[in-house]
Amino acid sequence: MDGFLAAAIVASMPMMFATIGEIITEKSGLLNLGVEGLMLMGGIMGFVLGYETGNPWMAILGAILAGGVGSLVYAILTISLRANQVVTGLTLTIFGAGFASFVGKTYVGLVVPPALKEFFARIHLPILGDIPFLGPIFFRQDPFIYFGYLVVLVSSIYLYRTRFGLNLKAVGESAASADASGINVTLYKYLHTCIGGALCGLGGAYMSLVMMSSWQENIVAGRGWIAVALVIFASWNPVKAMIGSFLFGGLSILGFRLQSMGINISQYWVDMLPYAATILIIILSSRKNKKENQPPADLSNPYFREER
Amino acid sequence: MRKFLAIFLVLALALTTMVGCGGGAEGENGGGNVSEEDVTTIGFLYIGPVTDGGYNQAQHQGTKAVEEHFGGKVKILYAENVSEEKQAVKTNAINMIDNGADIIIATSFGHMDGMEELAEEYQDKYFLHFSGYKMNDTNFGNYFGAMEEARYLSGIVAGMMTETNKLGYVAAYPYTEVLIGINSFYLGAKSVNPDVTMNVVYINSWGDAALEQSAAESLLAMGCDVLTQHADTSAAQLAAEDAGCYAVGYNMDNSKVAPGSFLTAPIWHHEAYLIPTIEKMIAGEYVPESYYGTMADGYLGLAPLTDLVPEEVKAKVEEVKAQILAGDFPIFVGPLNDNQGNEVVADGDALLTRDEIWSMEFILEGITAIE
Repeated sequence: MDGFLAAAIVASMPMMFATIGEIITEKSGLLNLGVEGLMLMGGIMGFVLGYETGNPWMAILGAILAGGVGSLVYAILTISLRANQVVTGLTLTIFGAGFASFVGKTYVGLVVPPALKEFFARIHLPILGDIPFLGPIFFRQDPFIYFGYLVVLVSSIYLYRTRFGLNLKAVGESAASADASGINVTLYKYLHTCIGGALCGLGGAYMSLVMMSSWQENIVAGRGWIAVALVIFASWNPVKAMIGSFLFGGLSILGFRLQSMGINISQYWVDMLPYAATILIIILSSRKNKKENQPPADLSNPYFREER
Repeated sequence: MRKFLAIFLVLALALTTMVGCGGGAEGENGGGNVSEEDVTTIGFLYIGPVTDGGYNQAQHQGTKAVEEHFGGKVKILYAENVSEEKQAVKTNAINMIDNGADIIIATSFGHMDGMEELAEEYQDKYFLHFSGYKMNDTNFGNYFGAMEEARYLSGIVAGMMTETNKLGYVAAYPYTEVLIGINSFYLGAKSVNPDVTMNVVYINSWGDAALEQSAAESLLAMGCDVLTQHADTSAAQLAAEDAGCYAVGYNMDNSKVAPGSFLTAPIWHHEAYLIPTIEKMIAGEYVPESYYGTMADGYLGLAPLTDLVPEEVKAKVEEVKAQILAGDFPIFVGPLNDNQGNEVVADGDALLTRDEIWSMEFILEGITAIE
């Protein structure tokens, strides 16, 4: 059982990074549908740099830069040039997939060098790792996952407990009001789109560097889209994003566990569960109609000061 | 200025995307010293990228062997990521025909219906389809192979190498071709290890590295210590390596990718059929057929057994291989029961022909598989 839950944490990590990335992006009022593409770009650049240099930090830097630069292009197009966000995001997804195939052509099937494998090996955390039940699930994982916990913590504090986070919220809810109150709207939008993109890139890199520890064609395989859906599931809250990814990650491997144990439940039923759960939760949260469960009011509206 | 920059960036994105996808027909000229009329142009359609490290790469290796064999006499065109929609097949093929293709070879099952229509429309061109069953009398044939033979041999390796007597099988879909592989692999293992059992996990995809890995991990967690797969990537072999277990691959010799786990793999030698067939087509002597290649034809084989495999196992594999090559070694010999307890092949009976084998819908006793 705890073996399964520990594996579920691993399976949830790529989606968790991407979901939090997309939450931060959407909080600034931008709907970036390029998550899938950004994950692929981060995945391949992290892998290429890690493979060529043998240095884990370079790999991480590569993933952050790839995600950041990819979303910077998106930001220029949508913020400064006010291109349609949906179309630009979709283009970014197609671009990212092509970019990753193109760059990754000669890397398919290659495995990360031993130095990286060692660096990303599982660490049994002292004290925490010995907590019964919870220890083996949460605290005997690889350092990338511990970094993931940190991202959840820091982004929660940032979004809800700092001035910058509240400013960001204001930008997403009403860019015009935020501008009037002296917040640099354009800067906020640019910065958080790039941070969001970098997190998506990290999610992809987790797949190529740690989870699979090899590069495979189309490695992300739709997880970016699940992340976009998880943002709604999580109602723009990083902690709920972690829970949601854990649920989806767990359910995505639950079917295999049941099959290999010979428990007779059709894979198709298990595959349906996460989506059924999403629908259910969206219905429940919309019934309550709480303000905090709603998307940022200015989401996907381009802001142009002179048009006020 | 703003508008210009917007247009420029969008164009840049679009252009790089096109380059990145590498889609469409890519030409590779074999050589230049033969006059234009003597060159036969062959177009290949692939369902995925030729660098996938599995199915499509294996197909493309066959294509490259064809190109090498014929030297400047053939010109190869190929298109990657051709989806199984009829229109995609036809668009790509017609594009190739417009570029002078005389022969179109499609390599995914779902390309079949598009190929059938093309064969009707272009009577003066030849069409070959891998893994399908449709054909006509003039210009459209299909080819496949008795992969069960090579699977059986790789099963012997697994059956002798396992210590827990539990094998794990990462499978794509519960579909006939996959079931044949599962059953023949298990029979091979059981022929040398009567106590062996096997667990199958379906991932409901032909290739998704992360799903394959998760499936492999769940099998390893159940105590399976030799894995194999009917899926496209090397993920199961890598997962086995991480767990200190063994793996039998599929399609590709991955001894360098997962040196700690890779034992062998059943592989295709597409060129063994394509070279003589294309020769006949060039000479205008081709008569459409439904080819079912065997190991004796050289169409199928086993990747060289790695150093992880002890000599006695190698000897056993060689022994059975010799019997299969001699042509008198049916794989599915009764009595066989399925895992529901029904007799599927009676004592003294055997599945011998392609049709008999390809009507398989059962999973054998000793195998746990949930659809």
